[in-house]
Amino acid sequence: MLLWLVFDLVLIGAIVWLAWAALAARDGFEMIVLFMVLGLFVALAWVRLQAPDVALAEAAVGSGITGALLLKTWRHRRGRAAGDAAADARPSRALGFGVMGLVTVLTGMLAAVLVLIPRPAPSLAETVFANLAVSGVDNPVTAVLLNFRAYDTLLEVVVLFAVVVVVWLLGDAEADRRAPRLGSIFFGFARLVLPVMVLIAGYLLWLGGFAPGGAFQAGAVLGAVGIVLLLGRLYTPTAADRLPARLVFGLGTVGFAGAGLATLALGNAFLGYPPEAAKTWILVIEAMLTVSIAATLAGLFFGAAPSGRPTRESDR
Amino acid sequence: MTPLEILAIGILFAGLGFFVAGTVGMLRFPDVFSRLHALTKADNLGLALIALGTALLTADTSVTLKLMLIWFFVVLASATSGHLIARHALRSGQGS
Amino acid sequence: MSTALLYSFGGILLIGVALHRLVLTTDLLRRVVALNVFAAGIASLLIAAAYRGPEAAADPVPHAFVLTGIVVLVSTTAAALALIRRLDDLERSVDHDT
Repeated sequence: MLLWLVFDLVLIGAIVWLAWAALAARDGFEMIVLFMVLGLFVALAWVRLQAPDVALAEAAVGSGITGALLLKTWRHRRGRAAGDAAADARPSRALGFGVMGLVTVLTGMLAAVLVLIPRPAPSLAETVFANLAVSGVDNPVTAVLLNFRAYDTLLEVVVLFAVVVVVWLLGDAEADRRAPRLGSIFFGFARLVLPVMVLIAGYLLWLGGFAPGGAFQAGAVLGAVGIVLLLGRLYTPTAADRLPARLVFGLGTVGFAGAGLATLALGNAFLGYPPEAAKTWILVIEAMLTVSIAATLAGLFFGAAPSGRPTRESDR
Repeated sequence: MTPLEILAIGILFAGLGFFVAGTVGMLRFPDVFSRLHALTKADNLGLALIALGTALLTADTSVTLKLMLIWFFVVLASATSGHLIARHALRSGQGS
Repeated sequence: MSTALLYSFGGILLIGVALHRLVLTTDLLRRVVALNVFAAGIASLLIAAAYRGPEAAADPVPHAFVLTGIVVLVSTTAAALALIRRLDDLERSVDHDT
């Protein structure tokens, strides 16, 4: 037990130090890299706290995809000292102390609340476990996300859809045309690894029914395939790709809401699947979500509505 | 403890040694290329030893296969990303 | 001290560090990173609250919250970063004109 305590203290210390180091880093690139490492350590802590589903999502989305988005923005702003502490306006001494004091008071109050609240905290866990058998899946997290609280997940997919609309409206596809060529070794790597990543995404999706995994983790892995394709210029979207892309972005929202309407038509509650076929319903919805989330994440990374004409192979 | 477990733990510690050596190399070496050299080589072998030690401890075929796959893809990814970093450093003249 | 409480304190420290930088920095990219660290702290609090010892299965409801939170966070981050890039382009064109 002492060994575990040492492990916990070292891990928590590393996490807090990484957060501090990332946010205090002088260089913007260093800040982003440290932030990505922080995400991986946080994921490790969550595995320790028996939350493997969330740890997978944090490692793939919170660290990987967010890191890619941050690096893209950093590169876009390069030459303008983006993220550099040197470019930061120095706060006055009084302001620095004032903020430090306020933050200390706030975190102290939070800590006091945590110590004082009665334990164990009220929980819906027993209700979830009692009804797991009728949910259609054996992984309780998937059961909550896709069955018991499916309505929340539907709205979450709507948020993703809204954001990709915003990003495509704001972005300028011409601004990022100067992506570097990555060479033949990268090309060989992509040819070997990308098909396997697609396979892993499918595996994660299937796994979500009874073990850690699910649509969001699978969507993140599949989205990473899209990001590698875009980064390596193995696929360059053109204006002709707008319509199919929009259809796939909308697939998650429309498919999920359509499933909800179908359950209404069957005489059940909204998103109340027939219990005997619940697993099929959940898997079909999750498959649509995975494809849609993957395309949306890659679309967010691309950051603009594609505008170029298709290029001939000889132009590359 | 069975002899197998002792062997596995010995291998795990050997793997840790390679990770420490790679990290020390990254922190102490003067330029991008020698740092990459220390990091990619030592970490790949370290990870191989850790995967081997863990596989011996679990003694489960499917877990062993997954560990081997993970090792294989990490080696591929680290070799490729090492190559890309070195290439970028060489072209932008940040190598030394 | 229980493991859950230990990790909760870690989460609170993350919130504190992130809040401090969030208020003091003037750089937009750093603010977005600070917001992400802040969210990681809150998520750590929820995950720690869901932990019920090494033997028992953890509470899946906060896990589902955090999973939803991670996806909403990456969406918000992407929108904020798109705004930053847009702002940057506009500033660039203003610099160019004068």
